[in-house]
Amino acid sequence: MNIMTETALESAVNDKMNGTPNETIKMRGRKVCVFYGEKQALFDVDLDVRENQVTALIGPSGCGKSTFLRCLNRMNDTIDSARVAGKITLDDEDIYDPKIDVVELRARVGMVFQKPNPFPKSIFENVAYGPRIHGLARKKGDLDEIVETSLKKAGLFNEVKDRLHEPGTGLSGGQQQRLCIARAIAVSPEVILMDEPCSALDPIATARVEELIDELRQNYTIVIVTHSMQQAARVSQRTAMFHMGYLVEEGETDKMFTNPDDRRTQDYITGRFG
Amino acid sequence: MTDIPLNGIANGTVARPRRDIGLKRRYAAERRFRIYGVLAISVGIVFLAVMLVTIIGKGYTAFWQTTATLPITFDANVIDPENKRATDPNVLITANYPKLAENALMAKLGINPDDKVAARKLKGFLSDGARAQLRTMVTDDPSIIGTTRNVEILVAANIDSAFKGQIDLSVDESRRKVSDQQVTWMKQLAAEGSLAEHFNKGLFTFGASSRPETSGMGVAIIGSFYMMVIVLLLALPIGVAASIYLEEFAKKSRLTDLIEVNINNLAAVPSIVFGLLGLSVFINFLGLPRSAALVGGLVLTLMTLPTIIIATRAALAAVPPSIRSAALGLGASKMQMVFQHILPLAAPGILTGTIIGLARALGETAPLLLIGMVAFVADRPATPLEPSTALPVQIYMWANEAERAFVERMSGAIIILLIFLMAMNITAIVLRRRFERRW
Amino acid sequence: MSLMLVFAAVLAIGAVAFFVGRQRALVQDDGKVKPHSRAHYHGWWAFLLATMPALLLLIVWGVGSNVYLQEHIKSQLPMQTADSPIASEKLAASLTTSLANGLRRLDPQTAANPPASFAELQPQLAARGVALAPDTQDYMIPIAVDANRMQDRLSLIGAILILAVSIGGATLGVSHVQVRARARNNVEKLVLWGLLGASTIAILTTIGIILSLLFQTINFFERVPLTNFFFGTVWDPRFAAAGSGGSEGQFGLIPLLAGTLYIALVAMLVAVPVGLMSAVYMAEYASPRVRAVVKPALELLAGIPTIVYGIFALVTLGPFLRDLSAALAGGTGFIQAQSVFTAGLVMGVMLIPVVSSLSDDIITAVPRAMRDGSLGLGATRSETIKRVILPAALPGIVGAILLTASRAIGETMIVVLAAGVAANLTANPFEAMTTITVKIVNQLTGDLEFNSPQTLVAFALGITLFALTLVMNIFALYIVRKYREQYE
Repeated sequence: MNIMTETALESAVNDKMNGTPNETIKMRGRKVCVFYGEKQALFDVDLDVRENQVTALIGPSGCGKSTFLRCLNRMNDTIDSARVAGKITLDDEDIYDPKIDVVELRARVGMVFQKPNPFPKSIFENVAYGPRIHGLARKKGDLDEIVETSLKKAGLFNEVKDRLHEPGTGLSGGQQQRLCIARAIAVSPEVILMDEPCSALDPIATARVEELIDELRQNYTIVIVTHSMQQAARVSQRTAMFHMGYLVEEGETDKMFTNPDDRRTQDYITGRFG
Repeated sequence: MTDIPLNGIANGTVARPRRDIGLKRRYAAERRFRIYGVLAISVGIVFLAVMLVTIIGKGYTAFWQTTATLPITFDANVIDPENKRATDPNVLITANYPKLAENALMAKLGINPDDKVAARKLKGFLSDGARAQLRTMVTDDPSIIGTTRNVEILVAANIDSAFKGQIDLSVDESRRKVSDQQVTWMKQLAAEGSLAEHFNKGLFTFGASSRPETSGMGVAIIGSFYMMVIVLLLALPIGVAASIYLEEFAKKSRLTDLIEVNINNLAAVPSIVFGLLGLSVFINFLGLPRSAALVGGLVLTLMTLPTIIIATRAALAAVPPSIRSAALGLGASKMQMVFQHILPLAAPGILTGTIIGLARALGETAPLLLIGMVAFVADRPATPLEPSTALPVQIYMWANEAERAFVERMSGAIIILLIFLMAMNITAIVLRRRFERRW
Repeated sequence: MSLMLVFAAVLAIGAVAFFVGRQRALVQDDGKVKPHSRAHYHGWWAFLLATMPALLLLIVWGVGSNVYLQEHIKSQLPMQTADSPIASEKLAASLTTSLANGLRRLDPQTAANPPASFAELQPQLAARGVALAPDTQDYMIPIAVDANRMQDRLSLIGAILILAVSIGGATLGVSHVQVRARARNNVEKLVLWGLLGASTIAILTTIGIILSLLFQTINFFERVPLTNFFFGTVWDPRFAAAGSGGSEGQFGLIPLLAGTLYIALVAMLVAVPVGLMSAVYMAEYASPRVRAVVKPALELLAGIPTIVYGIFALVTLGPFLRDLSAALAGGTGFIQAQSVFTAGLVMGVMLIPVVSSLSDDIITAVPRAMRDGSLGLGATRSETIKRVILPAALPGIVGAILLTASRAIGETMIVVLAAGVAANLTANPFEAMTTITVKIVNQLTGDLEFNSPQTLVAFALGITLFALTLVMNIFALYIVRKYREQYE
């Protein structure tokens, strides 16, 4: 281990212990607009994502929160009709710069999807997939170690350690979603994007995943889209409220839920629409 | 650097140096993969293009045919030297008509009628089809005898090829089918304007013949037409009825499962097996006539049914359940729901499937060979019970002929067949595009 | 009265019943009681009662009277003796039948009292365009006249019966019309039976295929031992023309099966990689514009009949490859004009659109979430395809390949024209081999005696082909079905 990483770890731990938030901006969005064909889905969104914090994106369905999330690792590129304007940076580098490689970007900004989508392969192969394609394991033992560490971090290792070579599709919904999180961690990204990761899960599995998110925050920057107000309140430090493609309000979660500036946020939080 | 991945796992937060994730190699692989894809598609398209170009290149000349316009004198001395035609009708049938044409040609070319050598060389110049042509003229109107008329007469296939420039005249005379003398005459006639190419109507009207210039696909077109009508009349109603039962009424049971597997399997049974079925059931068991379009139509119906059923079921299944509930909720009976609501909505899909099925049936050859449609049929069949051939079978028969003029006609026939098929397939594609409904 | 006329009359009675029934229903509806069925259902019910039983009787009577007539003719024919001029009773009966049919073309006077000798009769018939076999015997003439008379009588009785049933049905149907009568239910029940009947045709077809092939095959194996067919390595059926009695031939399946599989293998080696790659490209890379052009083009390629491919191989590609190999080798070429390679290559191209359209369906059935999952981890498109999509689609693709292989094995016209007819057993792809389908065509075209082993062997080959493709199809369909269920 080199010194730099050790200090970083220390400072992260200190942050947590002291309760003083790390104010480093990890990702920065400026005047982000998204068009699907003729239709504009996102209007001039300015939003910062702070390092080692959980940022929650909330808002009624169709408000553009998932669209914004998918901009952060350029998953919108996979939709033929989608076009993104504005500027998004990761560590002050424009990720839509032609010089930036999308594959490398996605290795740094991982993603967990709404519905658990394990590949029809074994549990081991699911987690090993990322490291394999990126060539992260130089030796045979490395790969086993990465898989084990990732599964442990996702809190899944003890449940599946005896059946690593059984198909990942055989797990329960909650386990599948944690497997997908383990799969994302295995690439050791810097940012993890989660698109309503609990919407397909039952309450117990949801609680387990929320705990996990809170643990992961120490090492990763997390952006989570959720339609559940309570979930946003439980897991996030900062919250951004979207409505009709506009960013309505953004700020510390506590403040957003107790004393929002915008009327629409208040209406949404109190359940008047959404 | 080597242990950075592991460090990364341990400490996710660091603004770390860039990892080497093998981008260069991976993008090279990506490019290669894409090129394979483009290559694969190009192979298909290029082959299609080459095939079409060679066939059209060989076949387009079949639509023109060389004829000689000659002033024919219907000389009573040749037709009826003993003047018995009033009493014996056979005289006009058996008369030496080719002689009339030959005389006219000799006169035209200024050859002495007594020049036996020239006369022999002249023999292969005009088509033997002149006999039937002139005979028909005389039997239709016996008063023509003794007069002189300008008649367009087909030239022999070799002369036709030579006139179209398909025979290499630089080859030694003994090794080609057209003699130098014939070429000279040909040029002489052409210069006078009595030898010319015309649109080849005969290709579409003549039946089988051993001479290329008088053979055509008239019989085959009629045979194929009969078969298509039979397939349409039988396969469409039966196929739609079967699909409606299976999709809307049948409860899931062993029997319906069996029917389902059956239909899917029938769609994949080799077509020649249907030919064997037709031969032993329709011809040997039921005693229907061999070579008849009726039997061909029945065999093709059985072959086309699975295609239509599969397409119809897909079209019915695509109609959303809400329409069904809406109809039933208003008090329609299930039968009324199906026939008044579901079927009209599924009609474009059914139509598309039917057209594709018909197109396949039109191009099908193998089963027809077994039920005797490889037949030398000279006369156009008046009913589907009479012997006939079919377009693809006619193509097959011409493919087995050695003469180049037959290859030309064969390619011409393929062009016609392909035009029919393309028209049908394009109609189907357009229909599907146009009526494709996203519920 | 001819059957067509009776048929038309029955339809006419049905039409009358329809209108009368409907009118009655309309008149009865006085607005006090709600009618159960609308008026036209009463009309249809009357129509169905008037036509259905009558048409059924028409068919039964038509077939029955024909059978009876045949038996009648046979019973009147003199006993067959060894020196009879006609070989069999069956032949004599069929000659008499055609004579009877021929007589119908003559004017009624002559037909009732024809000349007693066939020699006199023949020219009269010929003048009417009736050609009869020259070995028709004099004694058949009175039998034929008698048969015609009997046929007239039978069809007259039949016509009266059928019309009576039709009118009876119509009356019954019309009398059923009442305000609360359930005409709609009756009509619909009958329609349902019709629909059910239509759906059993598929099963009947399969039964027909199996039975017809099986009977002739059993017939064949009564003449030729099973081992000769299944394990014989020589195919030499000694083509016997009609009537020559047929000498013993050898009917070894092995060289044909080898040729079939070899050509299919070559075809699959062309079709699978190319077809699969095209499908992958179309599904994963092609822009909508490219898709809109290339997909219909591939469909058109699939719409070209196989005979066209066969002719292309025969006329263009075969000679081209032969000349090319001759130029390469100097002297005679190593590729024959008709060869396994040529046939397989062309068949492979024919199968490209088949593989690609089947695989395209299967690849697009892989859920989008799989793609997103992989791309979201930073995989390139080709890595996603190779490591996630293709493995996920593998069962479906295997099924598609099996279905394609079954097409390759059963393909006829390409091999008939491009593979050759010589039943070789060779490993050299540049030589000619022949296939099961080619031999089926060879054995059954031309004038052959139907009951000779030379002809019957085609059915044994047919059932082998059918069994082979049946197993592949059912297995493939099962895999594909399971695969689809997985993602539904």
